[in-house]
Amino acid sequence: MQSIVKLCGDQIVPLITEQMSMNHASANLLLLSRAGFGPSAEDIRKLGIQSPRITYRNLRKASSAQPEYFKVSSNMLDGLVKGIQDVGKMEQLSKEQRAQIRKQSQQDLKSLNLRWIREMVNSPAQLREKMAFFWHGHFACREINIYFQQHLLDIIRRNALGNFGELLREVSKSASMLSFLNNQQNRKQQPNENFAREVMELFTMGRGNYTEQDIKEAARAFTGWGFNLQGEFVFRKNLHDEGVKTVLGRTGNLNGDDVLNILLEERQTARYLAAKIYRFFVNEKADAAKVQWLAERFYKNKYDISVLLEDIFTSDWFYEDNNLGAKIKSPIELMVGIQRILPMEFEQEEVQLLYQRLLGQVLFYPPNVAGWPGGENWIDSSSLMYRLRLPRVLHDDDHFNAKPKDDDDVAMGERMESSQKPLVKHSKATAKGIMNVDINWMAYVSQFAGVDKTNLPAAIASSLLTVGQVNLDTIHAYTEKDSRENYIRSLTIGLMSLPEYQVS
Amino acid sequence: MLIKRRTFLQAGSLATGSMLVPRFLKAFEQPGTLPVNQKVVVVIQLSGGNDGLNTVVPVRNDVYYSKRPRLGIRKEAALALGDEAGLHPSLGAFRELYDQGNLAILNGVGYPNPDRSHFRSMDIWHSASDSRAYVNTGWLGRYLDAQCKPGDRPVHAMEIDDVLSLALKGERMKGLAFRDPRRLHGSSQEKFFKDINQQSASHSGEKPVDYLYKTLAETMSSADYIFAQSRLRPSSANYPSTGLGQNLKTIASLIFSDITTRVYYVSLGSFDTHFNQEGTQKRLFTELNDAVKAFTEDLKQHNRFDDVLMFTFSEFGRRVAQNASGGTDHGTANNMFFMGGALGQKGLLNELPNLTDLQDGDLKHQVDFRDVYATILHKWLEVDDKKILGKQSAYLNFI
Repeated sequence: MQSIVKLCGDQIVPLITEQMSMNHASANLLLLSRAGFGPSAEDIRKLGIQSPRITYRNLRKASSAQPEYFKVSSNMLDGLVKGIQDVGKMEQLSKEQRAQIRKQSQQDLKSLNLRWIREMVNSPAQLREKMAFFWHGHFACREINIYFQQHLLDIIRRNALGNFGELLREVSKSASMLSFLNNQQNRKQQPNENFAREVMELFTMGRGNYTEQDIKEAARAFTGWGFNLQGEFVFRKNLHDEGVKTVLGRTGNLNGDDVLNILLEERQTARYLAAKIYRFFVNEKADAAKVQWLAERFYKNKYDISVLLEDIFTSDWFYEDNNLGAKIKSPIELMVGIQRILPMEFEQEEVQLLYQRLLGQVLFYPPNVAGWPGGENWIDSSSLMYRLRLPRVLHDDDHFNAKPKDDDDVAMGERMESSQKPLVKHSKATAKGIMNVDINWMAYVSQFAGVDKTNLPAAIASSLLTVGQVNLDTIHAYTEKDSRENYIRSLTIGLMSLPEYQVS
Repeated sequence: MLIKRRTFLQAGSLATGSMLVPRFLKAFEQPGTLPVNQKVVVVIQLSGGNDGLNTVVPVRNDVYYSKRPRLGIRKEAALALGDEAGLHPSLGAFRELYDQGNLAILNGVGYPNPDRSHFRSMDIWHSASDSRAYVNTGWLGRYLDAQCKPGDRPVHAMEIDDVLSLALKGERMKGLAFRDPRRLHGSSQEKFFKDINQQSASHSGEKPVDYLYKTLAETMSSADYIFAQSRLRPSSANYPSTGLGQNLKTIASLIFSDITTRVYYVSLGSFDTHFNQEGTQKRLFTELNDAVKAFTEDLKQHNRFDDVLMFTFSEFGRRVAQNASGGTDHGTANNMFFMGGALGQKGLLNELPNLTDLQDGDLKHQVDFRDVYATILHKWLEVDDKKILGKQSAYLNFI
């Protein structure tokens, strides 16, 4: 290992022992896999030499700037929608125009998905994108309007590391969420409880910490919250119930903002979030004492998300052995992680969407408002085999002959591409290849320059796997030994094909 | 729920220790082995929201014809089921089953506070949850949890598909999805996976990676077993070359084998007929009809029709009124078909839906779908339905 301990940027690094570098390597790999989407190819050299504290500080620094707004909606749709907004009515549209809007919107949603994936792969702001990915599951929303989704994604990316209260308020006032949870239909004369219920059950306090009566009263407070054609929040005063309501013991002529404030005043909200964030970033099995400690600080720090993450990632207990390999990577984490460490280009970027469907996680299409359940739920016999084969498929050693299930909410009565076409069109040139991926192996292989051949397996394993005394003999049988580059390539693909690579 | 350490150990030893003995012989030595000629369930999911009113047509209902001036199926065209109802013209085989007393139809099946999103409503049907609860397991998966003993392979419930549905995912156990036994076998028997599977034995802990090794071992062992079973007494009958036809043929071959599977799951779709309903429904019903015809004849030929209960369901029915595009939009309650040689009650099990007593233009449900599940679990699979569904349901009499 000593041979890779040479350079870290411009810094001269003192010679350290193999033991120390291995410890750093494993801690840094854990940190980068949880606080981000795993190490990039360039991170490999730093894994063994930089203390995790420095790694975390760099992650924070890289995530401090405001994110760019992702605008993917097509000009055609912009024009159509501008037309409606000028007229002010959806009813002015012909049936064909409406169908066209829906179709284009779905197409644009795919672009948004791929745009965000590119960001997860390439952005140095790993901490922000990872936290935004958490919020994407927390504030889960199935809504096909591309403008609404663009806006919601911007809200969670802008506030990902900010203040949870702000984030909650902005999300609650977004057209996406108001539409998805039917608050447009929540009126004084006819309250619709869906929005109030999910805000309490899934966004803040969690089940069992309030009564049905609290939901009813909160729903009354949210009456009149809606949005206009531009996707802007509007308060429709004439639909709002001005009467006295009592929510969680507070009585008055409460409005929606009051209810959100009441929910934030409840310590249970901090506990619920701290536990969920702990399970997402640290360990599926929550440690009650640590969660309680985090929750108290989160509450005291007025829901500052950055401080909560700092509490986690700079603690000693985060790096303890029992957290190594404690998380099964979600399909997005798996696919993005591979692309980060092995820079690659897809001939058809859209092929990634089919893999998302096959593995069970499509961005912007959570199963329901509760988000993706995660953990062992990702794994069954067939999904595990796809996941284990994925690295070899990317490397063109294997191919999938499989068809994901159709999503009727997306297809809207049209037969989906997958039922007619094979998963990916075969180009004539590559009869066996199905992914048509171009992996930039040089960018990866060069990271191991100077590493002695006998140390290569350990060096590669320590940049890929957080757990396991991997039986390298088994993998060795599958390596190509004709050149150093091929050896590194085949060893890497072999290690990535192990169950150990499925966890972080 | 955590997986017991014991489960891991037994699964691991089972996978490695039994390599030399043919699987179909090995099957009888395992705990939880079921006797030959056991009862099985075949679920046919009609994805996309099949239009129930044009499936079982209320041929004497004026409201039906007035709300569907273009889409309504004329009385003369429908295949009569008594005076009041008629089947869609493409469902001739179902009409024969009806005549033979092998078909039962339950109308107005649904649940309170219906959801009109495909995904969500399917979620509710799969998990058997209330429409306000979010449950991450399926009713057949929980059946596996309740039924399977440590060391059982995940072959008690199988889906003929590339991706496993929520319905077959339990807390502890999950069903197995595959399209073709040969392909399943081929891809899981690769030397690479065999080699890494050798390490399974050392993964008896409770960490996620141990769970992955356990799943890998079970998958490989099951793939072997299923492939061997599929070749034991393969069906030689003629099935249509459609997707459903071939899937039912795969299922028939497995039913004729000595496999321990109790539940088979297939899907057909998409029935989401917002436009051009006539053409789409006709095409899909023809596929359904011809496949079910071949399947039931095959089962009869092998004297196994009495052991099979087949049923259809869809995530919702459709609006009573047609829309302006030659189709129908998302609705609520729907009918279900039950087929088999040993039905307890035949023909129309209850009243046709009331088309005047609607909620927002949609049917009100008469029967909760969980009562159907409870009936199948309790009377056919003979397990404790309360444990699986988490509530006391009313049993129906079609079994």
